[in-house]
Amino acid sequence: MSEITYRDALKKALFDAMSEDDDVFIIGEEVGRYGGAYGVTKGLYEEFGAARVLDTPISEPAIVGAAVGAAMAGLRPVAELMYVDFIGMTMDQLGNQAAKIRYMFGGQIGVPMVLRTQGGTGRSAGAQHSQSLEAYVMHTPGLRLAMPATVADAYHLLRDAMRQPDPVVFIEHKGLYTMKEDVDFSASVPPWGKAAVRREGDDLVIVTYSRQVHHAMAAAAELAKKGIETTVIDLRTLNPLDMDTVRDHVERVGRVMVVAEEVMTAGVAAELSARIHEECFDFLHEPVIRVAGEDIPISVSVELERNSVPTTEFVREVAERLVADRVHS
Amino acid sequence: MAKSSTKNTATGPIGTSNTGLIDLYRDMRRIRTFEERVGELFVRGASAGSMLHLSIGEESAAVGVAGLMREGDTFTTHHRGHGIFLARGADPKRMMAEIAGREEGYCHGKGGSMHIADMGLGHLGANAIVGGGIPAVVGAGLASKRDGEGAISVAFFGDGAMQQGILYESMNMAALWDLPVLFVCINNQYGMGTRIEQATKGRHLHERALAFGLAGETVDGRDVRDVQEVAARLIDGARAGQPGFMAVDCYRFFGHARMDKSPYRTEEDETEGRAKDPVSFARDAILDTEEAAESDLKAMDDEIEKEMDATIDFAVQGSEPPLASMFRDVYGPDEPEPEPVRTRIDRILARD
Repeated sequence: MSEITYRDALKKALFDAMSEDDDVFIIGEEVGRYGGAYGVTKGLYEEFGAARVLDTPISEPAIVGAAVGAAMAGLRPVAELMYVDFIGMTMDQLGNQAAKIRYMFGGQIGVPMVLRTQGGTGRSAGAQHSQSLEAYVMHTPGLRLAMPATVADAYHLLRDAMRQPDPVVFIEHKGLYTMKEDVDFSASVPPWGKAAVRREGDDLVIVTYSRQVHHAMAAAAELAKKGIETTVIDLRTLNPLDMDTVRDHVERVGRVMVVAEEVMTAGVAAELSARIHEECFDFLHEPVIRVAGEDIPISVSVELERNSVPTTEFVREVAERLVADRVHS
Repeated sequence: MAKSSTKNTATGPIGTSNTGLIDLYRDMRRIRTFEERVGELFVRGASAGSMLHLSIGEESAAVGVAGLMREGDTFTTHHRGHGIFLARGADPKRMMAEIAGREEGYCHGKGGSMHIADMGLGHLGANAIVGGGIPAVVGAGLASKRDGEGAISVAFFGDGAMQQGILYESMNMAALWDLPVLFVCINNQYGMGTRIEQATKGRHLHERALAFGLAGETVDGRDVRDVQEVAARLIDGARAGQPGFMAVDCYRFFGHARMDKSPYRTEEDETEGRAKDPVSFARDAILDTEEAAESDLKAMDDEIEKEMDATIDFAVQGSEPPLASMFRDVYGPDEPEPEPVRTRIDRILARD
């Protein structure tokens, strides 16, 4: 066991993969000499050289497009998009090319690339550097989507992503890079595509992912003091989506909240809510409640930013209201 | 998966090692006749849709460049790419079947005219997004450079893509990293209904490439030998790590797609444009120099007609892809297929 940050766990995943497989290479803006805008790739350029840690001009569409071509030519590119907010720049290469090549070409070839990026609030970075745009990705068949919440998952999910036969969008959370955990990297984690049940209780299920897992866990700890026992499900990957685990717990408990940092409308939380309603209808005591970001852009103001997205206090408050009337259970 | 299917390229005939004009003529005539048959397939109602973009009038670009590519080379094309693929050795029957949306086609009917591909021939895919296939050659070029076996990657696109930013991002990277890459703009004068003068002030297209540090030339597409000469120079450069760009001037004989009757241009325009026909130019040149007799060429044309007639029969007799194939190949072969909507609804409504 050693204490390591989320950032360094990501770097370790890249380092280990690059050490094991010469076909793995990194391509993106400031990934080499600079070490990555958030420092994830720091040191890899010195270790592996300029040919495997490829600094690019500021050309997001061509970064993704080059990764697509390299993957088709047999390499294992890990492209970095500095902020998920720039994903719109790349949507043709990602959504029309990477996602559809296997299908359009009748299964002749896949695009085994990873697009690492980061999103979310917490740095007063403003409306164009703070978004949670996972729904854009989840809405596109052919793209896998992973969003690690823990340090162990930062490592294991990234390793798993690099082993997938299909393009994976890997969204880190900028607010988690400095988080530390004691991690035994040899200890097993759930396989790719399986959710992790971070805490188990009989009164309420919170289905969540990425940084909101920590808000849910903090809220759950406070709720426990009041005798409310919460199950917290960390989805880990949104595609594949592990509805089996969600269903098992929702059917057992009957009360469920979906917590996400993204804006509420037409988002991942909406999809999860719809699925839970459809698939667990007879087991629900209350409607599925979405706790998500406000339907507004993110402000630079610390106060406005913090209150634009779910906080621990808000998650706890909604949870208490949801379980207040437990006569049905 | 990806690795084994691309690194071990090529069975079948790859391009042609053209030396004489007769061979070049034959290759262009095959493209011309194939595309005339594509038009027939549409008229007969046997094509899958009307999004069929013919490159009639542009055959010299396909044959002049693609004929010089070799095994191991890769390429991407645009929505008007039948000719390029044929020039690289595609089986016209499987092409026609794909255009008809049949199981026997290159992509089992999922790609069609605009998304046809064949990893065996290094065809990384046609593209229905203008400029969409261009940056892939940067990535393929990175792989070729690393392999060090002299393979190049070529992006074919139309003049419409000259106004797309992705081209410039890609040319910049290719130059920056000395990639074995060639960009080929087939300038047929029209981006759908917009003539190039209405799309840009800068008419000397290759000068844009020079500005990025690529080698660049523009060539008149009337004489396929001229195209081949320029292509040979630029391909040699690309194999040596000097990426290049070439623009081939030609004329799109017909409308943008099958439903387009070209109301935006006059008959005089069309007459003047079609006078640049590279196929009849080559034919006349062959007869002028008495390299072959009229009867020889007639026999060749007849043989090609027969070959291409058979592509229609093959396509029409082909089978519809099985419905279950709809959910196949969204993800890798060992991955679960997406749950069909009907199955999902049945599952939900079947609850106790």
